[in-house]
Amino acid sequence: MANDATEVKAALEAGSSDVRARQRRSAMLRTGGAILALLVVVIVINVFSHGSFLTAGNLTNVLRQITYNAILAIGQTFVIITAGIDLSVGSLIELTGVVMASFANAVPLDGPLLVIATLIVGLAVGCTAGFVNAVPVVRLNLPPFITTLAMMLMARGLAFKLAHGRPVAVNSTAFDATGTGFLLQGLLRPLGLPGIPIAVVWMAVLVIVFAIILTRTRFGRYVFAIGGNEEAARLAGINVARVKTLVYVISGGCAAVAGLLLMARFQSGSPNTGIGSELQSIAAVVVGGTSLAGGRGSVVSTFFGALLIGLLNNVMNLLGIESYTQDIVLGAVILIAVVVDELRKRYLA
Amino acid sequence: MNDSAPFLRMSGIVKTFPGVKALDGVSFDVRKGEVHALVGENGAGKSTLMKVLAGAYRADGGSIEVDGKVVSIDGPSAAEALGIGMIYQEFNLVPDLRVVDNILLGHEPRKGALLDPKGAIDRASAVLAELGIMLPLEQTPRRLSVAQQQMTEIAKALVRRARLIVMDEPTAALTEREIDALFALIAKLKAQGVAFVYISHRLEELPRISDRITVIRDGKTIETRATSDLPQNEMIRLMVGRPLDAHFPELPPVPADAKIVLDVKGLCAAAGVAVYDVTFSVRAGEIVGLAGLVGAGRTDIVRAIAGADVPTAGTIEVAGKRVVVRGPHGAIEAGIALIPEDRKGQGLVLGMNVRENTTLAHLDRFERNGLVDPAAEEAETNRRIAELRIRTPSAEQTVRNLSGGNQQKVVLAKWLIGDTNVYLFDEPTRGIDVGAKAEIYTLMLSLLARGAAIVMVSSELPEVLGMSHRVLVVRDGRIRAEFARADATPGKIIAIATGVAA
Repeated sequence: MANDATEVKAALEAGSSDVRARQRRSAMLRTGGAILALLVVVIVINVFSHGSFLTAGNLTNVLRQITYNAILAIGQTFVIITAGIDLSVGSLIELTGVVMASFANAVPLDGPLLVIATLIVGLAVGCTAGFVNAVPVVRLNLPPFITTLAMMLMARGLAFKLAHGRPVAVNSTAFDATGTGFLLQGLLRPLGLPGIPIAVVWMAVLVIVFAIILTRTRFGRYVFAIGGNEEAARLAGINVARVKTLVYVISGGCAAVAGLLLMARFQSGSPNTGIGSELQSIAAVVVGGTSLAGGRGSVVSTFFGALLIGLLNNVMNLLGIESYTQDIVLGAVILIAVVVDELRKRYLA
Repeated sequence: MNDSAPFLRMSGIVKTFPGVKALDGVSFDVRKGEVHALVGENGAGKSTLMKVLAGAYRADGGSIEVDGKVVSIDGPSAAEALGIGMIYQEFNLVPDLRVVDNILLGHEPRKGALLDPKGAIDRASAVLAELGIMLPLEQTPRRLSVAQQQMTEIAKALVRRARLIVMDEPTAALTEREIDALFALIAKLKAQGVAFVYISHRLEELPRISDRITVIRDGKTIETRATSDLPQNEMIRLMVGRPLDAHFPELPPVPADAKIVLDVKGLCAAAGVAVYDVTFSVRAGEIVGLAGLVGAGRTDIVRAIAGADVPTAGTIEVAGKRVVVRGPHGAIEAGIALIPEDRKGQGLVLGMNVRENTTLAHLDRFERNGLVDPAAEEAETNRRIAELRIRTPSAEQTVRNLSGGNQQKVVLAKWLIGDTNVYLFDEPTRGIDVGAKAEIYTLMLSLLARGAAIVMVSSELPEVLGMSHRVLVVRDGRIRAEFARADATPGKIIAIATGVAA
């Protein structure tokens, strides 16, 4: 009997490593295929752009450009895995940007201390807005599409009102490093590399931290459980309201961080920089393979979704494709990404 | 005789999913005007076979003949065109369309380019008259009973000129009288030459309704026989491939000095069927059965105890300690576990794997430094898989891919972790095959041996009588009678449950 149980357990462990090995193999196969395709595309593009694509400067630029979208998309990933959606993040970039710029101009601080204080103020605004988004969703079971749409309008209106309709210029130079500075410049410059933009470091840290939160913490597991089957999650004793609220708070917080980086880069908090950002962030999540039906997704995939969109934009700019055409291509890519993902699920899973 | 020619013949059907050979050469045929029962344990391949017939799956091998002609069924519309109608256990009605619109969905009568509402009512009424049944055509299905929704499905199939109707567990949620009405309707359609494939776990009803029975096991046809030639014990033997011992294990008596574990007083709830003034207690090592008709409020009672619905009045004590039930969390903390009737909808996250489902309610126990430790989860899950004999290739298998019985065991595994000592089982063996049933009963006994108290809701009287120390009969959300096991008879219980006796 005991022997029997041991055998069963041994078989199970073998089974688990089997399943995992298979998953790894198929993941590698997929990634391998994608990398190969990417390489070919990169070489072709490089030839057509007369070598301007494959330069350290250009690639660093792409990373810096996707920073804001990638950070927004991290929060959006959490929301979408719970089968929700957050349409307010674009306006929240603006609202937090305007509030942070006004705050930075008003307080007698400077240097890193000012940056930190400003970030805290921005986070407070963003997280509060996220909380307000979540309350009707968790208390009255209203669709998040509506509550965040309402927040999108209110936050944008408020941003314009506070800013009197024009960008609020930041007086202090304390944000310059965050916005346009580089790390390891002294070390990398002699190698012909431009250094690592500080904004990119922010993004990398956030991606790593939130990837760990999503995959390795209780909260992350609950996010998936709620997206997969909210009632089963509730009956397992999970505080569904708290987890869902937190998810919108995270999304609002991500918008605040993106707002700070944008404000730092342009040295002003502008009430119209975020138009369309919410859709860009959803696109990154979807291209990354997260299901809008909830229950599936990953922060790392979302990052790659944002990267893919960023590369595409960059390539089209380098090839001199006009912006209208760029929109058509981008839309088509999003469509193809979700269709391919669905077909893959259907026939390969 | 032309009437007994097979309408449908499926030969050597093979269907393989990654890692599983779901169908391994299944063959069977259905004659015109015949009810052909398909039986087998869960996971035997019945559903897969029917999905092949419905065009939901493409078979990897074998052939399908309809009316003697080889056909290819590449989608639901192809099945419909061939006269094959499917009535799944979970109905396919549009909840917001009226019954008449559901019946005629896709076949709406038109006047020119516009819909013809009057013609629709006439057409639907004609179909119902033909069936000899009445349905509120202007209502939405939400307001219909399960039996009425089923009738709607049948009418829908007939509008589509179905000559073969597949019914999956049609009596699972019906009362005795509704079952009689359904069987009368099937007999009527049979006489008109409609063929039926009848899938059911209720083996005792097959002699009443089916002409022939095909037993499927491990994706293979084991035997097809006339129903009269296949006694029930023989059928079970063929299904499980081994003779089964006594149906129910022997219940050990409750020790005389056993303490009261669950004490419910004056419980009221108003979420679904109103529960009123429910008072009872369960001792360590005791199973209390809740009998009654579907919709009597039994599920609502256990849901209120588990905090799935919040009680409006009354007290619940576990081992002498008052439980504050404001939601499932408080009940779980107090050691109360609900194993719900609808395991896919309420018991499991189907897209998660066995490990994630098993640890979901007690994830805090697997945390190290704020992070979940998957290795610890997997070790615990593997222990439970071995203990419960869950048939899964590994802890990493997605729960959606397991059979019903094994899914139920995963729900149980979830509540074996932690200090649960009150188990509320709601229809624990519904839709589960004979072999897994016996295993679940054995497991209930092992819970009793650990000093757990069990409340079991069941619509199957043999189960209530065979697996309870005491039986409470519920009607209209109240407890109407209590029987010790020795005094309980099906007659007494039914009389009180139906209100014939007070």
